[in-house]
This record gives sequence, C-alpha cells and structure tokens, in this order.
Amino acid sequence: MKRNLTCIICPRGCTLTVETEGDKVSVSGNSCPKGAVYGIEETTRPTRTVTSVVRVSNREDTMVSVKTAEPVPKENIFDVMALIKKASVKAPIHIGDKILVDVCGTDIVATKDVL
Amino acid sequence: MLDHDIVVVGGGPAGMAAAAAAYDAGVKDVVILDREEENGGILRQCIHNGFGLHKLGRELTGPEYAAVYKQKIEERGIKTYNLTMVTDISADRVVTACRRDGIIKIRAKAVILAMGCRERSRGALNIPGTRPAGVYSAGTAQKLVNCEGYMVGKRVVILGSGDIGLIMARRMSLQGAKVEAVCEIMPYSGGLTRNIVQCLEDYNIPLYLSTTVAKIHGERRVEGVTVARVDENRKPIKKTERYIPCDTLLLSCGLIPENELTRTAGIPISPVTGGAIVDEHRQTEIAGIFACGNVLQVHDLVDYVSDEAEIAGAGAAEFVKNGSLAAANLQTLPGNGVRYVLPQRVSSEAKEDISLYLRVTQPFGRVCFTVKSGDEVLSTAVRLKAAPGEMEKLNIKSEKLKTAKEPITVSLEELK
Repeated sequence: MKRNLTCIICPRGCTLTVETEGDKVSVSGNSCPKGAVYGIEETTRPTRTVTSVVRVSNREDTMVSVKTAEPVPKENIFDVMALIKKASVKAPIHIGDKILVDVCGTDIVATKDVL
Repeated sequence: MLDHDIVVVGGGPAGMAAAAAAYDAGVKDVVILDREEENGGILRQCIHNGFGLHKLGRELTGPEYAAVYKQKIEERGIKTYNLTMVTDISADRVVTACRRDGIIKIRAKAVILAMGCRERSRGALNIPGTRPAGVYSAGTAQKLVNCEGYMVGKRVVILGSGDIGLIMARRMSLQGAKVEAVCEIMPYSGGLTRNIVQCLEDYNIPLYLSTTVAKIHGERRVEGVTVARVDENRKPIKKTERYIPCDTLLLSCGLIPENELTRTAGIPISPVTGGAIVDEHRQTEIAGIFACGNVLQVHDLVDYVSDEAEIAGAGAAEFVKNGSLAAANLQTLPGNGVRYVLPQRVSSEAKEDISLYLRVTQPFGRVCFTVKSGDEVLSTAVRLKAAPGEMEKLNIKSEKLKTAKEPITVSLEELK
C-alpha cells in the first residue's frame, strides 16, 4: 500500500511517500532521518503531543499551560483532554512540574511558571 | 530624563533576544519597556508546541520558549519596565512611556523597535451583515481560552487559514467545540503545511479554498454566516452562497506590523512588508534606531524572530560603541516570483556573511533562487518547494559583496 504524508516534525513539511508491504514499511521523500522515523510511526502508530490549560484554583482568573510529557497515541487525544479539563492545580507551579501522572502512558506537565 | 545606552521597545521574543544579544556584544546598559505585566509577548498565549526546533534544537511550547529567553534576561540582569506603554519615540532617540506612577522619558544611544504585530479586524475586512457578539479575531479568542480560561463558543466558523486560524481550529476542537469550516479567500492556505495536517486533518475539519464569509447573521449573538466561493478578483459569487449555522466566527486574516511609533518617529516604512526599511544590521533609515521581529516583517517561525533580533541587538551594540555603522550602499530588490527581500539595503563592506529573507509571490514546486548584482551571480539555492506562507533564507558570502556595485536582485526559476 502506498500513502502520501506531509511530515510534521519541522516547519519544512516534506512530502513523504510511505510504502507498506506486509510488515515492511519504507519511506521516501524525507530530507532527514527524523522524517523516515515519522513516516513509519505515522503509518503504524500515529502519536501527538497534546497541549492545553489547567485552572489554578488559588489564583483569580489564572490558567497554567500544560502538555503531555511524551506524545500520546492519536486515538487517545480526547481521553487526555477529558482528564485535563477536570483537573485543577494550586500555585506555586514551575515549568516541568507534574500536574497529572500516568495519563495514557505519560504525564501532564506544566509549561509555564505560576508563582 | 533617564539615560540608557539601549532601549528595547517590547518584551516579546524579539525584544528579549535583541536585549540579550546587545548585552553579549558588550553594551551592558540595556533596558526593555513592555506594556504587559510580564515579558513573553504573544508566546504567552501560544500554548501549542512546535517552537524552537531550528533555534534551540528541541520542540517547545510558546511559554517554554519564552521562558528560555526570560532566563537569559534575568541572568544578565537586564532591567525590564513592565506595565509601561511607550507613547512616543523621537528621531533623536528620546523614548516617552506611560506608567502607573507617571510619564518617564529615556534618552537612548540606540533604540530597538520590537513591538510585534496585531491582527486585521472585522472593520478592516468590511464583512457585511449584523454586528452581534461572537465575532473574534483568532488571537483574541486564543488569549481568552488559553490565558483566561474562557471558552468563546460552541459552533465555530473560521475565516482565514493563517497559522493562528489553524491552531485555533484545533484548540476549539480540543475544548469540545465543533469547528464547521475554515474558509480561505486565496486558492491556497497561508499557513504552514504541518499545521494543515495536525490542526485540520487530524480533526476532520474541512478547509474551503477560494471561499469567504459573505455575510454575518444574528442579532444579539452570531447565528450563522453565509459563505461563498470567490471569483478571480476575490469577489463572492452569488450563486455559490450557502448558510452555515454557528455561534462564533473567528478571523485569522493577516497580521499588521504595529508601527504607529515608527511612523511618528518619521522612519520610512516599506509598503510591502508593512515594517521599516532596514539594512543588514536591521537599522532603519534613521541612524541608531533598529527594528526586529514581527514589527519589521511578519514571521511564521519564532526561531527566525530570535535570529533577526540577535542581528538587531548586535547591530545596536556596535552603533553604541562606534557611533555609526558602515553605509549600506547596495539596494536589494525582488525579481521574478519574489514578493519582497529583507534587508532592503546591505553594505558592500559587510564583515560577515549576510542572510537575505524573502517571501515568494505564490506557491511553487521545485525552484532555484538566484541572487545577482548586475550580471554577477552572488549565490544560488534550490528548494523542493516554495510557498508564500514559508519564509525563505538565502546566504551571501561577504567576499562576494565586496565587488558588487549594482542593486542586488533575488529571483526564482521554477524547475521541472
């Protein structure tokens, strides 16, 4: 099976051609090794980093931005969002602090300081 | 009247990188003036990832990228005046700013303009219809959702496929809204390809090209919009009109460099970029005043903003130390397929290699860029593709410039 993809690793956006034959996956059109890895992953197990915000309960009108520490499987994006939406956190918060642990195989971490 | 060597107007990514670079180039008396309560500029609301791949070699979110530069400012002890709104810059480099405790005036040896840009508004777009609540610029919606935790709507149409529009299409979807359509008046998207993939395709959001919003409906709140395909003059075609029910319309229809202060100072502005005309140090036509970041030209990537700001910071430091910079005697001009080239002037005595930044006029396949002065070829570069939404960068060796006398022209040729 042949499939055309746009690489999203960097803003260059290479057009990749991914060919699948049984278990064998080959990638062409990439400008760097990361593109080859992306082509294979995107075809076999697509993942995304999810970013959102969590309310800071002890600060007025304040949100802290968060992300998944590692990319999560694409089909889990809305499971992750459901947990993030329910969460709240207390300041002080520092970049990298874990806001939620073990969410779809990774953690939710803060991406800014709220002191 | 206060005195400082370098005053940086704006504490966003451009201002912070410029201030740090000026400091590193040996001018320690640098201050930043910023109207917000903390530095970071637009990055504070850009919570998505994808920043820093070029510049820092890792993928960060906007607030994380800002934090890297905030730390540089803190480590160097560079003072920031926050909640400080600059109201005037004079050609002789007196900066006037308004603060809660009153007005301050700073006399500077060099000024770096880093005020960023703002979004084109509904008024500027002249969209017909009623004036209900629920029409936001994409960036305003982004600030409300990401910084203030206020969800702006449930059923959304987005006009304009620039990067902010695409990012907000995904953001609204993640927060549970239904994004009915992204309409783009041009026959191609102005956003990065990767954003079309990961913001629209991932969430099955349709992108309608050559399509605009012809009318806004609703009394108190938006109830729907009429969309229509446009002809080659970008005028809506009546018979293609269709109604999309929605409660929110987001506008992502271009960014305008925020150059009111620049104009008051009498600095010439390029009608194409909307920013000042500059030399290779990013010095404007008024000596000692520099510009960088989105106030100079609207960028797609913050990484390039940081690069540009570092050039401006180093240039300003050199100006403060020497009292002048080598005259930029060579003009740069856009040729075939190129909309603009920046810087617009360069010096044949440039000590270091120079990068020319440019945008093309329309999407192209494989192209070859040629930089020429008269008949002499200064540099060539092949790209697999070129699009107006993706800024190009071409390098010229400084020794090539030494013999150049005539204007430098950048043109492209499409390859088979």
